[in-house]
Amino acid sequence: MDFDSKISFWLNDEKIELDKLNSDQTLLDFLRLEKTLRGTKEGCAEGDCGACTVLVGRLKKGKLRYQGVNACISFVASLHGTHIVTIEHLKSDQGQHPIQQAMVEHHGSQCGFCTPGFVMSLYAMWMENADPTTAEIEEALQGNLCRCTGYQPIVKAARNIAKFGSLEQDFLVKERQQNIDRLQALENNTPIAISQGDDQVFVPKTKAQLAELYAAHPDATLVAGATDVGLWVTKFMRPISPSIFLTALNDFDAVQEKDGQLIIDGGVTYTDLLPLIDEKLPQLSTYWRRIGGAQVRNMGTIGGNIANGSPIGDTPPPLIALGATITLQKGEETRQLPLEKFFIDYGKQDRAPGEFVAQIQVPLPKPEAHFATYKISKRRDEDISSVAAAFYLEMGGDKIGALRIAYGGMAGVPKRASHVEAALNGKLLTRDTFENALNAFDQDFTPLTDMRASATYRQQVAKNLLLRFYDQHFGEAESLDTLRQAALVEVN
Amino acid sequence: MSQKQSALGPKPHESAHKHVAGAADYLDDINEPAGTLHAYIGLSTIAAGTIEGVDFTDVLAHPDVLGVLTATDIPGENDVSPTALHDDPIFADKEVQFLGQPVFAVIATHRDAARRAAKKAKISYQEKPALIDIRAAEKAGGKFVTPSLTLKNGDVKAAMEKAPMRLKGEMEIGGQDHFYLEGHIAMAIPGEDDTVKVISSTQHPSEVQHMVAHALGTHQHAVNVEVRRMGGGFGGKETQGALFACVAAIAAKKYKRAVKIRPDRDDDMVMTGKRHDFLATYEVGFDESGKIHALDADFAARCGFSADLSGPVTDRALFHADNCYFFENVELRSRPLKTNTVSNTAFRGFGGPQGMIGGERVIEEIAYQLGKDPLEVRRANFYGPNTGNTTPYHQIVDDNIITKVVDELEESADYQARRQKVLDFNKSHKNLKRGIALTPVKFGISFTATWYNQAGALVHIYKDGSILLNHGGTEMGQGLYSKVAQVLADELQVDPARVKVSATRTDKVPNTSATAASSGTDLNGMAAADAARQLKARLVRFAADKFQIEEADVKFGYEHLDCAGKQVPFEELIAAAYMERVHLSAAGFYKTPEIHWNRETGRGTPFYYYAYGAAVSEVVIDTLTGEYFVDRVDLLHDVGNSINEGIDMGQVEGGFIQGMGWLTTEELWFSDKGELKTHAPSTYKIPLASDRPRTFNTKLVTWSKNEKRTIKRSKAVGEPPFMLAISVLEALSMAVASVADYKTCPRLDAPATPERILMAVERLKGQR
Repeated sequence: MDFDSKISFWLNDEKIELDKLNSDQTLLDFLRLEKTLRGTKEGCAEGDCGACTVLVGRLKKGKLRYQGVNACISFVASLHGTHIVTIEHLKSDQGQHPIQQAMVEHHGSQCGFCTPGFVMSLYAMWMENADPTTAEIEEALQGNLCRCTGYQPIVKAARNIAKFGSLEQDFLVKERQQNIDRLQALENNTPIAISQGDDQVFVPKTKAQLAELYAAHPDATLVAGATDVGLWVTKFMRPISPSIFLTALNDFDAVQEKDGQLIIDGGVTYTDLLPLIDEKLPQLSTYWRRIGGAQVRNMGTIGGNIANGSPIGDTPPPLIALGATITLQKGEETRQLPLEKFFIDYGKQDRAPGEFVAQIQVPLPKPEAHFATYKISKRRDEDISSVAAAFYLEMGGDKIGALRIAYGGMAGVPKRASHVEAALNGKLLTRDTFENALNAFDQDFTPLTDMRASATYRQQVAKNLLLRFYDQHFGEAESLDTLRQAALVEVN
Repeated sequence: MSQKQSALGPKPHESAHKHVAGAADYLDDINEPAGTLHAYIGLSTIAAGTIEGVDFTDVLAHPDVLGVLTATDIPGENDVSPTALHDDPIFADKEVQFLGQPVFAVIATHRDAARRAAKKAKISYQEKPALIDIRAAEKAGGKFVTPSLTLKNGDVKAAMEKAPMRLKGEMEIGGQDHFYLEGHIAMAIPGEDDTVKVISSTQHPSEVQHMVAHALGTHQHAVNVEVRRMGGGFGGKETQGALFACVAAIAAKKYKRAVKIRPDRDDDMVMTGKRHDFLATYEVGFDESGKIHALDADFAARCGFSADLSGPVTDRALFHADNCYFFENVELRSRPLKTNTVSNTAFRGFGGPQGMIGGERVIEEIAYQLGKDPLEVRRANFYGPNTGNTTPYHQIVDDNIITKVVDELEESADYQARRQKVLDFNKSHKNLKRGIALTPVKFGISFTATWYNQAGALVHIYKDGSILLNHGGTEMGQGLYSKVAQVLADELQVDPARVKVSATRTDKVPNTSATAASSGTDLNGMAAADAARQLKARLVRFAADKFQIEEADVKFGYEHLDCAGKQVPFEELIAAAYMERVHLSAAGFYKTPEIHWNRETGRGTPFYYYAYGAAVSEVVIDTLTGEYFVDRVDLLHDVGNSINEGIDMGQVEGGFIQGMGWLTTEELWFSDKGELKTHAPSTYKIPLASDRPRTFNTKLVTWSKNEKRTIKRSKAVGEPPFMLAISVLEALSMAVASVADYKTCPRLDAPATPERILMAVERLKGQR
């Protein structure tokens, strides 16, 4: 394989070319320490506060789309071919950018430390949606913490951006073609390799190159969205070299619907998949929007979430309930297995060295099937689940037919509640049947106590979620979410 | 030029345009002097025990490491205790008293190297049993870190015995991490002789100055501390910044190079103090109208290993247990318990919220016992206008407006009709339940340490008519710099654009108090106004001389001086005054009058005045999971005559949401070993935009003005609105109570996480 020896990207109006680079170099340190662009702040160094939000513009099929990411857990090696926009770059013909003006006028900042991150998140939102509702603003700000304002003035500012300028006059809109040209000039299919001392960085451009590189370096760390690997570096100071970055692959982010299945490439992000979720799996829409914040969903990939093997695993419980399978690839060899079989034990997955999650196949629910997903956490948004649950039920006549129940946070792995399923299978669909099945939970799960929840609560809530599933699907009970959505009053 | 314009009003924060552009410099954004070194603190890994041996071989082997500092490298005293109790070492010397206690610091050429190397130290300990929480500390005999306080009025024993009804209960009240977005940070730049300049993210530069001087074994005049702004403080930077400043200063003097120190977020959360968690236990005697006859209560607090501010914090808990209620016969005791956890500290409300929520729980208990709306019980106990207005600390509440505030809110929030709807909803819904609550707030304004109630300001008018303002208060987002600049511009009747506020520095205004206790504007605003009056007097005298007129004929107008009909523009006036050698700089000073407090007798008038407010919160819970959302909140809050309504609204809304976080999602979870496991935003959950009430109405009381002669007759606003969030907990409690027909007080502990809600629901269902 022939390699290029440098990473190239655009930072605001500056072309950056790096032929020296360590695997664990973060974008935030690069901005603050190397480029002395100190408008971007470090609040937590783990992708949870949003103070370091910057925009990453990526070219996809000739279109340039900007998304907010957390610079603290983004690696510079993942930026090849992108346009990074930081707070310092914002402007308008009237001086400050309309979003900045709206924030000033509405008292949207107090201490101001989180403010650049908020401005950038709102900017990312605004470029896609110039007339956002309050709910859409809240969704765009799930990954941004403010400790001073109580958010009310920020939401007000976001609802009133139009008073300070239009999207048509926005500089990144007006300069779009120039930036597309700049990024297109960086596009090619040659993989990149950079070595510095013991450190090795690989940036393949195609899936085939990835397969070949990983097979040759099975000890390498695969870095896709880095929403977890980022913390290995910033919190645990773990070395990740040799590293293979998946963000420049040009053939690893496709999604297609085929034979009643969604076929999802491993490199598809949560955000990429969202439109199809809304269209094909609306029962998963709310759940999906509660995974991380906007920045994390822009970065994190489905393949990464699965391969990571978290016992909670945001995506595995719903995917297992839907009967998903995955394709693992090593070199040119592939194999397929049910997702639930992939998780063997805590920290142990059925993945050989050099093998990566290439594709996920998700059967869509039958039209008459009942499918529901629930996430329990201390805070509604951008929190790791204490318990995640998914239910899939098909009727067989007046009896319970095909049934898959999967939980996260209840064991060392995302796991099916097989005893509960057995207690329900083939039974009459009544609340009594469901109540009688509750005892089976104790055979399926012995959850742990930790800072997110006690074992007692986990077990209780897991049982109650089964009842909620019954009540909401067959007992016509209102859902808290529906009531919550209806209750939101537009901020003006 | 001559039209009447006001410098007061809802102008944007003085730094807003910089905040939004990333152009406001926080300490870590300032260009470091060449050769700046970086320090990183190494922490203990046990909660209690003695250090047996340290091995820094692997630390020092790192090529970028210059050295390690331990207790023996401190030239002066190894202590940052703010109360002179000498119980707060910079570095643990022999004894380790909590998990995460600083033991040493690594000095390296860059931060990453110092941080990585700090992990390489090998420290061996002789471990001892550790007391982690309040119950464990009580069980072990209940040692105090500082003397407890008792507040007494009437005859509680006799009244309790005679009361028609009595009940006993207890409430666990969780602590809270400040979660300022900018973590702790300091940079020290060594000077000649014994001098050092310290830039610190602190609410209390004078104390940092004192601590650094002590640690260096020198005098305060050798240490200059500066802070332009903090990225949030909330009390977390009142005393806690001293540790970092001292480490930086010691290293800077030792290596004769600038030294910067910034812990990672997780380490910051582990090694710095938080809001105290409390266990309140109470017995109350009352009658069928809900009127309280006697209250006897203990407020036990997890103080951590040292006193820090636990004395005044637990005192303030007692000062606010009465909230708006007259307790004719009362005894309140604080129990500032020593535990093997981080030493807890100031946090917005300073113990007041914990005391107040304990008092409100008593009201709630009575209401459920009597089957009444808690609001009815509240009204039965409100302080009277003329009688029944003595607090447990014997101050007379003489500015009481709570009835009017509550009446107004009850109507504007449509409380009664909505409460009926809530009851109806609960009858017709099986899994989802609603709750609603109206709770009041009365909060005492002044430092209870009376000598703290003083402030200074330094105002320069330059030859070109521009004005530089400096005062002892610090800016942490609360808008103090904006408000004081507005006050100064208003006093001098100039365009606020003339006034620049410079960083707070100990060499400009000495012996300042912490920017805390909501007092920043009250104190520093008055000090700036004092300076302005001095300058105006000199300018008037000068003008009278110059134009040969009476001083009474010289009047200040907007941007000019009116000299018996002749208008002299401000800039001309100043230029002329300079030429005539008028002193154009003034130091202003202020001390709060009337207040006094005798802790020994438990009597006095510790507060200059009270700020009032009230809130109605409505929530919905899911009784299957304990999940909930806040449906609607109406706040009505008293800021007196507002100096800047925009900033004040921000304090009210922001304070409320922060209080809501304290009572709902923010949980400090320690392992049995004493390890804080919720030490980063991934595990410690402060509210998000989507946690806002689905309807959020905030109003400032329009008719209130401070009875006392405060600056522009305004009232302090930093802390009081925080406690409006008590309404959220009580609304959640009502929703839980519905599952047992409102017959039992759910005794919901805080924070009311979904887990606590569900467990309370299950408990009440079991009792049904």
